[in-house]
Amino acid sequence: MSESTIKIKGKKQSSFLDKCKEIIPGGGNLNLCLTCGACASGCPATGLADMDPRKFLRMCAMGMDEEATKSPWVWMCTMCQRCIYVCPMKIDIPQLVYNARATWAREDRPSGIMKSCDMALRNDSNSAMGTAPDDFIFVVEDVLEEYKEAQPEFKDMVAPIDKEGAFFFINQNSREPVTEPDEMVPLWKILNLAGVDWTYGSRGWAAENYCMFLADDDCWERVTRVSAEQADSLGCKVFLNTE
Amino acid sequence: MSSDWNKDRKIKFTVQDPCQIVRKGEGDVVADDLRFVIKSIVGEENVIEMTPNKSNNYCCGGGGGFLQSGFTEERRAYGKIKYDQIIKTGADYCITGCHNCHAQVHDIGHHYGGSYGTVHVWTLICLSLGILGPNERAYLGDDLKDVNVFHPETALY
Repeated sequence: MSESTIKIKGKKQSSFLDKCKEIIPGGGNLNLCLTCGACASGCPATGLADMDPRKFLRMCAMGMDEEATKSPWVWMCTMCQRCIYVCPMKIDIPQLVYNARATWAREDRPSGIMKSCDMALRNDSNSAMGTAPDDFIFVVEDVLEEYKEAQPEFKDMVAPIDKEGAFFFINQNSREPVTEPDEMVPLWKILNLAGVDWTYGSRGWAAENYCMFLADDDCWERVTRVSAEQADSLGCKVFLNTE
Repeated sequence: MSSDWNKDRKIKFTVQDPCQIVRKGEGDVVADDLRFVIKSIVGEENVIEMTPNKSNNYCCGGGGGFLQSGFTEERRAYGKIKYDQIIKTGADYCITGCHNCHAQVHDIGHHYGGSYGTVHVWTLICLSLGILGPNERAYLGDDLKDVNVFHPETALY
């Protein structure tokens, strides 16, 4: 027996892959890879950071936990799920990527994503740009008044905020109210012409959720609950995310 | 809604299926709904599809936080597949039904020197209805800036 022979010492220690199998609903089929490469051949992230989805999964399967999870590639996969769609075994590689993100110390995660998440935690807007509820309300009311006057055919147009019992609770990406408010208007016009019963919320009006991308589960949940509770408290029936 | 405004102009559109709404959400059914709307407002003969599309569509690279991750070079390399797909259609505009797609498709077009525009569906619905004002056209090019303008006297610039 050569000295380089790998000796298995008793029961294998719990690995990153094993932990993910416990967390992912249904287990994610993580042990079923046939190494066919359908995932990698149709993934736009293949080759970035010298990684691809098959390689990532194989590295995890072989216990190369540190090399795989700490690859910057986990921030270059968008978790678009095309790999699952084309996989004959429906292996949930994106969930593996998400959980790899979560193994990073928070301060080591991409600062742009972290700052966007932290901004959303500053107030009840959930906005990655940090915009306060009062500022959102001001912009919506101001733009609405301006258009009602400039385009009299829409003098009865509404853009309600916190309307009790509205059917749809609609949220909006911060970019519109903050940097290009005129872009909100076409959506309002369509909703008004179609007679849709809708409302924004003063709390949780922002649609983006960078805490999710940051793989910060506690903050993700907090942000999501602000929106969901606002929709519930108003008695809305459908939550419509425009992201 | 009507596509009459585009009968003679024949401005071509392609569509980016958002992963979140289509593959990860409602599937091809909602992709077909999106096409029903788009064909109604720009004319069926003016829609040019990318291949692959719908549930099998390539992600543009705007999702998952990539836009804010700081990996700009890698994000654009990721988006090169999408850029090439859009260019291959020869379309004047790419319609995006997702905010992240809008930002990414717009950015890669600019970065790789494409001349296509990137538009939200809401803009085109209002254009086809004749209710799109002069200040609601930030993402329309010169070919559509003056088409069917609602209250042109309110233009700010």
